[in-house]
Amino acid sequence: MRDISVDMIIATVARLFTDAAYRLPDDVLRALRAASDLETEAQAASVLKTIEKNALVASEGGYPLCQDCGMAVVFLDVGQDVRFVGGDLFEAVNEGVRRAYRDGYLRCSIVEDPLYERRNTGDNTPAKLHIRIVPGREVKITVTPKGFGSENMSALAMLPPAAGERGVIEFVVETVGRAGPNPCPPVVVGVGIGSDFEGVAELAKRALLRPIGEHNPLPSYAALEEKLLEEINSLGIGAAGYGGRITALGVSVEQAPTHIASLPVAVNICCHSNRHAATVI
Amino acid sequence: MKQIRIVTPLTEIASRALRVGEEVLLSGVVYVARDEAHRRITEALGRGEPPSFNMEGAVIFYAGPSPARPGKPVGAIGPTTSYRMDPYSPLLIGMGVRGMIGKGARSPEVVASMVEHGAVYFGATGGIAALLASAVVASRVICYEDLGPEALRELEVRDMPLIVVIDSTGGSIYRKWP
Repeated sequence: MRDISVDMIIATVARLFTDAAYRLPDDVLRALRAASDLETEAQAASVLKTIEKNALVASEGGYPLCQDCGMAVVFLDVGQDVRFVGGDLFEAVNEGVRRAYRDGYLRCSIVEDPLYERRNTGDNTPAKLHIRIVPGREVKITVTPKGFGSENMSALAMLPPAAGERGVIEFVVETVGRAGPNPCPPVVVGVGIGSDFEGVAELAKRALLRPIGEHNPLPSYAALEEKLLEEINSLGIGAAGYGGRITALGVSVEQAPTHIASLPVAVNICCHSNRHAATVI
Repeated sequence: MKQIRIVTPLTEIASRALRVGEEVLLSGVVYVARDEAHRRITEALGRGEPPSFNMEGAVIFYAGPSPARPGKPVGAIGPTTSYRMDPYSPLLIGMGVRGMIGKGARSPEVVASMVEHGAVYFGATGGIAALLASAVVASRVICYEDLGPEALRELEVRDMPLIVVIDSTGGSIYRKWP
């Protein structure tokens, strides 16, 4: 067994959220530059340049990339030979979130009671935590502060198997089309296919973590990603919804086994500020 | 493209002259309010209380800034999605609000009210909040401080870059997404 102190979890989670809030990942910056080169509509092209400029200003540390510093989503891949010592793991993740949002001047956007009181918890906790046990003696921590302008535009469908590839494409493209300008295009689209009701939604969220331009290892799914990107971009929504060729910077699909009776599909939309950071300890 | 300089309070003549797609640099006072502040403003008006700010010619920015670092008037600030404020907007437009800043489409009811009263809806680009913050010169909370980032705020802005998304004739920049 390898002992890992929860203090290390606290410090790492705090550092990753601060990084994510102020520094746009390289894959997103590269995709934005490529989009600028392809965009022919003047207003949309100007928006793309402005987004790049915003990333530069934020990287100087005065202001985060976006005022919506997101819900704190954390993925832990925990090696089965690891033992956490010195405290409660869940509380450690929350303490990391608390410190990042307080010390990094990040906006706290979580309400305790979703329906009635809706009172802000004041420290952006609790985090949304996904834990997987994997072989080994390391812990991979991935954080993604998820904005909800785009989260609100996400959707899930339990399609019949007969819907096939065409049915999946139609549902994804319709979902992005219906979202229009709301989720801050150009968006990044995470698609989950298979699993069960809640599993497919998690697949879609995990798909958003894959660097833009890195395709699904299976050729059939990689081809599906290309088809989806092409159809989404032919919607013409464009940057900020002002009309243009680039509506999505990238589409990632993650699939998993499912039941003979179903073809679950989930579409998790992220704005162009697809913030994520990861490390292995 | 030519940028049009406008100041608040926005006169009806100025707002009715604006057209879809025009780029604007806005200076003056804007009021920051989003979901919960809109609910409270509307409930207070319903109880017959006087409005908490002067609505004649007012511009409301749908936003909730991040906390200000020491020495800065405000943190990152950018538009939130406007449709969530649609149920409240016609009442406020009827009371004199002449400009709204947000992102995304509006309901037919809001657009009809804008046409009737000569109001205009500006788009600020979502996700460029670090840049937009540099147009803010002062900020203070008017009320609802308990809401944290959702408090009702008064901002003084200088040359905030906006675009006319829906004008007072009902024209919209969002072609296929009403």
